[in-house]
Amino acid sequence: MAVDALPDPSLRITPRRLGRNLLRSNPIIAIAVICLAAIVLMAIFAPLLSPHDPQLLAPAQRLKPASAEYPLGTDAFGRDVLSRIIYGGRISLLIGLGSAVFSVAIGLLIGLVSGFFKWVDAIMMRIMDGLMAIPGILLAIAVVSLSGASLTTVLIAITIPEVPRVARLVRSVVLSAREEPYVEAAISVGSSLPKIMWRHLVPNTIAPLIVQGTYVCASAILVEAILSFLGCGISPEIPTWGNIMAEGRAFFQIKPSLIFWPGLLLSIAILSVNLIGDAARDALDPRMKQREARP
Amino acid sequence: MTANTTTASSSAPVILDVNDLVTSIGTKPDAHRIIDGVSLQVRQGETLCVVGESGSGKSVTSLTVMGLLPKKVLVPTRGKITLAGEDILSATDRRLRQLRATTMAMIFQEPMTALNPVVPVGKQIDEVLRAHTNLDARARRERILAMMEQVRLPDVARIFKSYPHQLSGGQRQRIMIAMALVLEPKLLIADEPTTALDVTTQKQILSLIRDLQRDHGTAVLFITHDMGVVAEIADRVVVMRKGKVVETGALDAVLRAPTMEYTRNLLASVPSLIPRAARPASSEPIVLETDGLGKVYRQRSMFGDAREVAAAQNVTLTLRKGRTLGIVGESGSGKSTVARCIVRLIDPTSGEVRLGGQDISTLSRPALRPHRKRIQIVFQDPYRSLNPRVTVGETIAEGPVNYGVPHAEAIKRAGELLELVDLPADAITRYPHQFSGGQRQRIAIARALALDPDVLVADEAVSALDVSVQAQVLDLLDEIQTRLGIALLFITHDLRVAAQICDEVVVMQHGRVVEQGPAGEILTNPQQAYTKQLLEAAPGRHWDFANFRPVATAPHDTTAPI
Repeated sequence: MAVDALPDPSLRITPRRLGRNLLRSNPIIAIAVICLAAIVLMAIFAPLLSPHDPQLLAPAQRLKPASAEYPLGTDAFGRDVLSRIIYGGRISLLIGLGSAVFSVAIGLLIGLVSGFFKWVDAIMMRIMDGLMAIPGILLAIAVVSLSGASLTTVLIAITIPEVPRVARLVRSVVLSAREEPYVEAAISVGSSLPKIMWRHLVPNTIAPLIVQGTYVCASAILVEAILSFLGCGISPEIPTWGNIMAEGRAFFQIKPSLIFWPGLLLSIAILSVNLIGDAARDALDPRMKQREARP
Repeated sequence: MTANTTTASSSAPVILDVNDLVTSIGTKPDAHRIIDGVSLQVRQGETLCVVGESGSGKSVTSLTVMGLLPKKVLVPTRGKITLAGEDILSATDRRLRQLRATTMAMIFQEPMTALNPVVPVGKQIDEVLRAHTNLDARARRERILAMMEQVRLPDVARIFKSYPHQLSGGQRQRIMIAMALVLEPKLLIADEPTTALDVTTQKQILSLIRDLQRDHGTAVLFITHDMGVVAEIADRVVVMRKGKVVETGALDAVLRAPTMEYTRNLLASVPSLIPRAARPASSEPIVLETDGLGKVYRQRSMFGDAREVAAAQNVTLTLRKGRTLGIVGESGSGKSTVARCIVRLIDPTSGEVRLGGQDISTLSRPALRPHRKRIQIVFQDPYRSLNPRVTVGETIAEGPVNYGVPHAEAIKRAGELLELVDLPADAITRYPHQFSGGQRQRIAIARALALDPDVLVADEAVSALDVSVQAQVLDLLDEIQTRLGIALLFITHDLRVAAQICDEVVVMQHGRVVEQGPAGEILTNPQQAYTKQLLEAAPGRHWDFANFRPVATAPHDTTAPI
């Protein structure tokens, strides 16, 4: 049998191919992956890596400069800055990953249902429009101040403003994919709606969702830091990058490194995630590849 | 046709000379050759038809001539192209841009995508003149209007100001032709210019191209897959296959006495317009009936006044077990709407659809479920009708699994069905992208058959396929019908296909049935003006391709062919 020798590269996306495309497309991506992996490992093995208890107050050691015992010095309460930054990565990454997962899951559900049922669509999309009209930070501050600051509430507060973006994305994919003849063919062979959604529609949303997920992750890390910095986030004794910077602000003139180091790590983390997201978009969207091919 | 052969004498100067052209993917010496040693010549005032199936390299040939190949992806690596004495392959980009407007011009298959949707068409033609002539605004406008009249556009002053979406497909193609010819190029390259058009429009465009060619002495390189169109317009023919020239010669010689096996097969695959011998009338039970079927689309505007569009009106048809009913018509005739109403992919707004005596037109989704398996559909585009992420086996097994067949059994049956449609059973573990268009259409047919339906609806199911593949799929459908006694509802715009597969034919126009009856009668002795018009417009209707001779008398009348 004569089987076509031309596999359609746009249609089959295996994790391995995706990974290969990601790395080949740009050496900077490799650096981003390494940086992010380092930060993730740092967060996971925080208890082994950090030289001190990040919450241990040592009033005698306030605002010490960098030394062998305190590699990045101490803060205004005598706590080891390095340990705090290492532990702070845990919260940041947890918030980033958590809000990416939750917003994608909830948005996927809403988008799927809205794409298929007109009356649900009419209601849900207006709610989404309403949510999008409120600035994300403002909404998050309101949620946190209404229900008290904890990891869970901060996570919820950051996730809610991201959901409409994901829902709209999924809805638009579903609206175009449901017109595909293979979806109509599935209807005519009697497939149930959940089966059609799961088998024929959801796979179409995966590529854009991976990309959107990375953006959500990066923005969530940033928003968490902003909330902490504004004092609306997780309580200040728990180290997060935002908290460390917020406390360091008062001593910026005396000891700028209190803001510099957590800020640097935050920037690297967000930049890495964004770069990986961009690369994923390029690797998953065949049109981007064509554009490269035609200078 | 006799007129064509006299227009170009062999002494006319050669306008385009392609000599031993090779176009490869990339520049590596072992790169895959899309065009492999093609030589052809077009003389002044002559139409050279390049005919071939998909993948034959006919379009890449024309793009190479125009210098429009994607840079660094497709590269001409050998040979020479001379246009009116000038070497094209070594020309600079700047020179090519000049040549493209003044010496050679191209028209494409889809005029909508070739025109800029946000600029009035008159202005788009004007851009060509502005770039390449020194005429003032008034002179340019006069010349454009004159050109638009030459391409027989009505009310040219209005069309000058129109946007592409306000024009019909035929009018858009006329604009493209006007734009291409406004600078009187020596060579016109037409790449499937009528493929996206209805037959009646196609006929007008073909005669327009021929008339303009006669008046201007343009050399035309005409690319097509349609032997009917070739018979209408060509002086000489080049048959291409897999990047190579298979055969070249004068039209008459190629059609009458093709020397190569491939050309013979290609011609033999063209379905004849003369209907096949009628099968004896059937007294089998009626499996599908529609009664006054209609579909009205309502567009509600913001202020409450609704606009109604009747996509189908009062369609009544009957289909018996083991028979084939064809619905023929041009685009917008409502034939697909009827098919989709019958399969209940859309809900009809009036009338009944009776499947084995039971009306299914108003059943709710759950109530419809048991009836769905009795009527199945095969779509036009085999590249979009199979989910690229699902294996062939799972695709075919999906229906039976929905109706309670255990998965393992359904997969086993999928293997049997694949053999029924002449694909190897081991195809079940593969994905659709590993198959060609014709093979995919076989998979789609296997999926439809998996539910053992009484009725198979084929919505333009062979229209996207090459003629040789088309012939095979038609044979397959015929064989399946004989073996399983299935009833076929065959929707097509192609009268040739209808003539070869249908027992009865329904002709539709503007959502209404114009004429219906046995295929033999309708296609040889039509009573309605519209049906006659359709038959007359069928390209190459005066030629019996499969028997390499002209049709003794045209299928339904004796008027001389155009």
